[in-house]
Amino acid sequence: MGVTKRSPREAYAKALIKLGEERNDVVVLDADLSTSTQTAKFGARFPDRFFNMGIAEANMMATASGLALSGKTVFASTFAVFATSRAYDQVRVAVAYAMANVKIVATHGGVTVGEDGATHHAIEDIALMRVMPNMRVLASCDYESTYNLVLRIAEESGPFYLRLTRVSLPDIYPQGERFEIGGGKLLKEGRDVTIIAEGPLVHEVLTAASMLENIGISAEVIDSYSIKPLPEELILDSVSKTKKVITAEDHSIIGGLGGAVAELLSEKMPCPLKRLGVRDTFCCSGEAYALLRHLGLDSEGIAREVKNFLDKF
Amino acid sequence: MSEITKDLVQNLESIAKQVRRDIIKMTGIAGSGHPGGSLSAVEILVSLYFARLKHNPMDPHWPERDRFVLSKGHAAPALYSVLSLCGYFPRDELWTLRKVGSRLQGHPSRLDTPGVEASAGSLGIGFAIAQGMAMAGKLDRKDYRVFVLLGDGEIQEGMVWEVAMSASNYHLDNFTAILDYNGLQLDGFIHDVMSPFPIASKWRAFGWEVFEVDGHDFYQLLEAFNEVERVRESPSIIIAHTVKGKGISFMENNNEFHGKAPTPEQVKLALMELGEVV
Repeated sequence: MGVTKRSPREAYAKALIKLGEERNDVVVLDADLSTSTQTAKFGARFPDRFFNMGIAEANMMATASGLALSGKTVFASTFAVFATSRAYDQVRVAVAYAMANVKIVATHGGVTVGEDGATHHAIEDIALMRVMPNMRVLASCDYESTYNLVLRIAEESGPFYLRLTRVSLPDIYPQGERFEIGGGKLLKEGRDVTIIAEGPLVHEVLTAASMLENIGISAEVIDSYSIKPLPEELILDSVSKTKKVITAEDHSIIGGLGGAVAELLSEKMPCPLKRLGVRDTFCCSGEAYALLRHLGLDSEGIAREVKNFLDKF
Repeated sequence: MSEITKDLVQNLESIAKQVRRDIIKMTGIAGSGHPGGSLSAVEILVSLYFARLKHNPMDPHWPERDRFVLSKGHAAPALYSVLSLCGYFPRDELWTLRKVGSRLQGHPSRLDTPGVEASAGSLGIGFAIAQGMAMAGKLDRKDYRVFVLLGDGEIQEGMVWEVAMSASNYHLDNFTAILDYNGLQLDGFIHDVMSPFPIASKWRAFGWEVFEVDGHDFYQLLEAFNEVERVRESPSIIIAHTVKGKGISFMENNNEFHGKAPTPEQVKLALMELGEVV
């Protein structure tokens, strides 16, 4: 298939440079991963407004707060594991509790980090950030969604956690697509089941949905790029029609997108739900898409799970 | 630079006495809080707010103001007393400390209390927030200075040394830490719990300009605040030798009062020692 794959990290760097050109208040911090997260590109262009904090994520997050409280719009970047579990207390007290204007843009979300293995797979980051008051949680699924979400959160005051993948992802959205905070995108209409996905699994789910179409299963697909706040109305509208739900995420099935959807449905519209993701276990080293296959989170695995799920009814 | 006159110091001494009375009453009424480490920081806070900081209680967000961050956030009662005496909020509010609906939280919260610059109290965090403010000052070419108060137990936190390294790396000569060196933490003497010794040479090794003063002597504190102005290219730290529970005989050097409020009887005794007719 001739799908164009592009790097979300490059989209991030491009958006940062655009912001840097337009706004003097934009400042970027990194913790010795800037050539990987791509914030180094901002640093090369705006050296005065780029601070490498060294391998000290806790320091970076609280320092970001101090800059924000002095009027800056601060982007702080590192890998998702370090941005969340490593620096949790600093994000909680200095950023979230203080309502500081800090945008945590974390690359390397999920098991699609790949070969580096379980220490570097962020499979709890969405859950950790989601439970924190004042924190809004977003996940991009391709180049354009990354670029536009970065621009979007810069317009909005207060804390955000935006999760990017390490891997390049197939294009889903056209240039200039607008993403509202708390929104989601209905990517495919269907009748039999609603599949809600985030990040790299959005494309896998779309592929799975066309496979399912061939065997007579009509799946509706939602990209829930906003995980907190969740696009409740969009989800409930879809579920009121399909009555069955699957969630798919590059994250633990506990506390992330699946958890958020389960909380919503159990209160507002109880119905059968199946959560696909990492099943409360540490994963292992391997090529990113080999790992998704290993976990049954590639398009074929997802299609199989959806069919098994629907067979029960 | 401020001139240190006898009148100024006498005035500061009487304010300090008032702050100590406030701390005793506030924690006494609240029935909880950290009087010991609040009392050790009184002269430091009074000299900053009444003789050193450029600030305007009528305009707490004045962009040119000097910043102060209480990283040892458990000394909040001392800060609240000083802020109320400056006029940031009505004195009556002091007696609402730690109560539901109060603007005076157990640890400083910037969104709740006028004059509080940063939410802090999980130790080490306020230090880095203050550093970020100093970085912003450099970036904006403003001439404000950022002061931060650290506890001596607090420097056991690893992130304190991350900040020590980065503030020096970024040559933040507009950044001054003050160490409330009272020698005690909740579990006992700092050197028994986890020795941070040697303290001064550690900071020097991290590239900081170090000053040592008697933290209850206004002349020495104000002199040190003048000295830090002359430091170029490095951050500075004033190691203030203090006494935990300072000013109340039965609280001095008694770590029982680290995180415990005085009983009503103890409040009465303490206020008598502080010259208040009850």
